[in-house]
Amino acid sequence: MRIHVAGENALMVYFADTVSDATTAQIQHVAQGLSSYLGDVLIDLVPSYASMLVVFDPLKTDHLHVRKLIRHAQSQTQNTQGDAQENVVRLPVYYGNETSPDLSHIAQNAGLTTQQVIEIHQQTLYRVYAIGFAPGFAYLGETDTRIATPRLATPRKKVPKGAVAIADRQTAVYPAPSPGGWNLIGCCPTPMFDPKGTPSMPVKAGDAVQFYAIDKEEFLSLGGTFDVWGEIE
Amino acid sequence: MSPSIQILNPGILSLIQDAGRYGQHSVGLTTGGPMDPLAFKWANRLVGNDDNTSAIETTIGGLKFKVKGDVQLAVTGAEVAVSVNGKPRPQWQTLNLSTHDELELGYATQGCRIYVAFASGLNIAPQFNSTSTVVREGIGGETGKGLQTGDELALNSETVKGSCWQLPESARPEYHNSVTLRLIPGYQDHHFSRHQQRMFFYHEYKVSDLCDRMGYRLTGPSIKCDIEGILSEGICLGAVQVPKDGQPIVLMNDRQTIGGYPKIGSVLSLDLAKLAQLTAGCTVKFEPITIDHAHNELALAQYRYRQQALVTVTPEEVK
Repeated sequence: MRIHVAGENALMVYFADTVSDATTAQIQHVAQGLSSYLGDVLIDLVPSYASMLVVFDPLKTDHLHVRKLIRHAQSQTQNTQGDAQENVVRLPVYYGNETSPDLSHIAQNAGLTTQQVIEIHQQTLYRVYAIGFAPGFAYLGETDTRIATPRLATPRKKVPKGAVAIADRQTAVYPAPSPGGWNLIGCCPTPMFDPKGTPSMPVKAGDAVQFYAIDKEEFLSLGGTFDVWGEIE
Repeated sequence: MSPSIQILNPGILSLIQDAGRYGQHSVGLTTGGPMDPLAFKWANRLVGNDDNTSAIETTIGGLKFKVKGDVQLAVTGAEVAVSVNGKPRPQWQTLNLSTHDELELGYATQGCRIYVAFASGLNIAPQFNSTSTVVREGIGGETGKGLQTGDELALNSETVKGSCWQLPESARPEYHNSVTLRLIPGYQDHHFSRHQQRMFFYHEYKVSDLCDRMGYRLTGPSIKCDIEGILSEGICLGAVQVPKDGQPIVLMNDRQTIGGYPKIGSVLSLDLAKLAQLTAGCTVKFEPITIDHAHNELALAQYRYRQQALVTVTPEEVK
């Protein structure tokens, strides 16, 4: 673990150089420990792939004290590893023609049938590595190498809400309409960000996510819609 | 009934802001909040509010509104002509308005962020513990958007007309076209060679046209980093990211919370407020300081803010 200064009120903790389930679990443990040690001195935590930004109130403490607590939380983690309950969130996806403009491109790229791509996408238990880019945007990884596909050369101006997408070995659900360059393979009718909901998101960093296919009827009954899919590009 | 204001013209961009949205990065929500927190705090203090009271941030100017009921307010921030019913009124001072009075802001002549705070504060329901508007996220204010003509904003309670306060001229922030940004080296600073760092701290950079609440893109000598990108990680307020083209971007209140560009460090918040008052064509220079020095500056600034007394002024009739 390396701790770097990020700014006047923030330290960056690097847990590893690469992404792994063990690192994600460790980040979650340290985050929990820090929240209780720091109390109202803690302003924000931003867990990501292999790091965590710790934002503190510089008028109530200094970076030396926060460093010490980060190290303490880390040492406690090593004693309690293995206790964590894994939270698995299942998300429905409609992989139909109307919602998968890039599916055939991925299949061609991989030398697979579109049905095989859909099956492979569902077989992996993904990890929520980070949340950011937009409210409710969860970066999930890692996809099977067979369906890993580079971003589009030209990003779309508007990707519909709920779009399920792949970029390299990452996959995600767009929580709201936005520009985006990921390859679209389906649509998830479950809202990924609801400002009025408690909680506002169905997943949090560190959770596991599994996608499962639904048919058109189910998609519509779960609140899915095709309205916005006609006008993409 | 509580007094209210009716927007006759929102000007270039008027947003409801409180001190900012904290503790919500875990769902991807950014900080928001006033771009110049010092001017924002003074506006609230001049009308007897605490620092986290909802007020209006107007960029450049042009805001015009009509009041219903007795309303006490104060205008701070960028230098701008303020008028009530066409009559010039001072900034950095409590003003008393009554039903049908109209307040109008001209366009900033120095700086660009103007704050209008109201005694008791605007009555806005918080979202994720804050009323700060972040247009990109559609969160905050009453609608998640900038103020629109016709919007009616209620105040929290009736204003007691009476004491008027002024911040002495000697204590007011000064806005310039050129500022020094003290930077705490950090993040990937070790991936910028000594030579590249010297270039960065030696040269002047210009504020480009791409400067908004999300970030200030600067132009100047290109700075090279050993690495092109990193695994996406959390971005703190004031972080200076250097993409492949070598032109630094200072990330402001509405920045995205994670990103994968290398960063050389972060600007001291006290100086970030000065940067936020700059417009395209203004210039900045960076100067390195240690985090301990930064903490000292923050503590001193807080002390000075608390020690600074306001002076009483006699309320004048504006009609």
